[in-house]
Amino acid sequence: MLSLPPFLLFYLAAAIAPLTTGRTRDVVLVLTPLLGALNLWYMPEVGQVDVVFLALELTPVRIDGLSLLFGYLFHIAALIGIVYALNVRDTLQQVSALLYAGSALGAVFAGDLLSFLLFWEGLALSSVCLVWARRTPEAYSAGVRYLIIQIASGLLLLLGLALYWQATGTLEFNRIGTGSVYGWCIFFALGLKAAFPLLHSWLVDAYPEATPSGAVFLSAFTTKVAIYALVRGFPGTELLVYLGATMACVPIFFAVIENDLRRVLAYSLINQLGFMVVGVGIGTPLALNGAVAHAFNDVIFKGLLFMSMGAVLHMTGKINGSELGGLYKTMPKTTVLCIIGAASISAFPLFSGFVSKSMIMSAALDAGYNGIWLLLLFASAGVFHHAGIKIPYFAFFAHDSGIRAADPPGNMLMAMTIAATLCIAIGVFPELLYQALPFQVSYSPYDTTHVLVQLQLLLFSALAFVWLNKRGLYPPEINAVHLDLDWTYRRLLPRLGRPVVVALSRLDSALRREVQRRVQRSLECVRRLHGTGGLLSRRVTAGTMVGWVTLILAVYLLLLLLA
Amino acid sequence: MDSEHRYLFDRPKNVSRILYLLYACCLAVLAMEAFVHRHVEHPWEGVPGFYPLYGFVGCVILVLVAKWMRRIVMRPENYYQRQDLPQHPPASKDAS
Repeated sequence: MLSLPPFLLFYLAAAIAPLTTGRTRDVVLVLTPLLGALNLWYMPEVGQVDVVFLALELTPVRIDGLSLLFGYLFHIAALIGIVYALNVRDTLQQVSALLYAGSALGAVFAGDLLSFLLFWEGLALSSVCLVWARRTPEAYSAGVRYLIIQIASGLLLLLGLALYWQATGTLEFNRIGTGSVYGWCIFFALGLKAAFPLLHSWLVDAYPEATPSGAVFLSAFTTKVAIYALVRGFPGTELLVYLGATMACVPIFFAVIENDLRRVLAYSLINQLGFMVVGVGIGTPLALNGAVAHAFNDVIFKGLLFMSMGAVLHMTGKINGSELGGLYKTMPKTTVLCIIGAASISAFPLFSGFVSKSMIMSAALDAGYNGIWLLLLFASAGVFHHAGIKIPYFAFFAHDSGIRAADPPGNMLMAMTIAATLCIAIGVFPELLYQALPFQVSYSPYDTTHVLVQLQLLLFSALAFVWLNKRGLYPPEINAVHLDLDWTYRRLLPRLGRPVVVALSRLDSALRREVQRRVQRSLECVRRLHGTGGLLSRRVTAGTMVGWVTLILAVYLLLLLLA
Repeated sequence: MDSEHRYLFDRPKNVSRILYLLYACCLAVLAMEAFVHRHVEHPWEGVPGFYPLYGFVGCVILVLVAKWMRRIVMRPENYYQRQDLPQHPPASKDAS
């Protein structure tokens, strides 16, 4: 096998990039995903590399249909993100983005849990730099919280894999299931990064604080690696269906009222992950194909939306819906590209979201999850409402904010154009994507019923938006913070913990005082004995000494005589 | 930038054109239901106008519930900034 392990090229590039400057670095950055994709093309479709390390049988590289699809996806995402970030002159961001993409590739090609864990931690360490690279106090503290939770996920995975190894004597990463303690450990470790309900707050906390280009990378990798791992380890786990439906439905309420448009996108990212998680939970070949295909499309259209909002942030310095509006006048290209992304995420026919979301919906009905299907339908209408209409409307239309920012630099437009082209290409020619899917299922999204009912659903959702706006019922964009679960560890726990900390510090100071008192007392004693006039510090003349020695010798003599 | 320049949606007429287009599309897809034979899998799908009604009502409920949620979850803009960083001088005078 002549080809390199997919992650190696990115790690090498991350080592080389800081040594170069200017154009050379641009060339290194752009060539990396292109060469990587070529490398992937020449790899065998099925195969693995085995290594024995410390008596552990490891498989650092395993190639099959599933990992290959994610491999191509991550190369596309890396290329789009790199082109988008070409105008950024920040070594920290460029190197960490390469390491981040490399870790994601390493994780999807890892054939054993230990290798997977190493890349899983690599994802956490490299991605946090993209948050910190914003270099604001808010980004710094959000990054710290993000890192703590990501590392917690890694530790849980480590615990799970140790128990797994103890129980089975192997580290192979195949179907794991939730029939055991290690299964649950690994399940929740993956769940943390897949933003399961109640475990999701890191995502909406940290992603909107990242740099404009950092958020594009962040939206692509971490969560999709988690989805990949769920497909690999937990297909058909029924709990996932209910978790996924919750993820699809609950965040959209927050998205409707949120003001920071990139945070709206973060909520809609969880909503889209919900669809994928439902697909994994159903576990039929059609559903798993749907989950994987939707992950593929989501990386591209969510990337496109994050790029368009990043462009707005880059050009205007603002991202709050309340401060934006009317940008279509001077940013027409960004507006059109954003609308293409919005149409794709809303699953309009002929756009990419439609061809993958409908697979999951059909699979839910096939498997008899009627209630779940209704919830997903509601979530589909909702996603159009908050991501499809709200994002473009408040950024580019709505009231005129008076901002007259131009379209972003050419490289940003180029990256967005690549993503938009892919969105439409996959939407129009779904076979391109379908033939790369890991399971053999024949499915056609374009039958009259599907198209008609989807259009009905979406158009009447749009009608609801218009009606609510005309009646003045639509919640206005307000400069405000909307609390989410991160409130518990940013405010509630510190507040509850304060009495404990106060009590502990009181106890601590009492203990210190007591110890200090004792030290003081023994010092006093020493001082008394050795101080002026103290017992041990009296001056004694040499004559007295001689007298005492003579006396002792006399006593010895006497004792000898008596013996 | 020429402040006198009038852009596409500065004319209310163009906005209402878009809206009329939307209404027309809504009517068209509603009418098509009568002509297109739909295959039905879910028990509720067969109800005439199920999808339009579900989309419209779902979105209205979504927005109204979200609006109501603001009463619980909304805080001033600087809510977290006030205490995330150590304050100088330490929290003795909390401005707001």
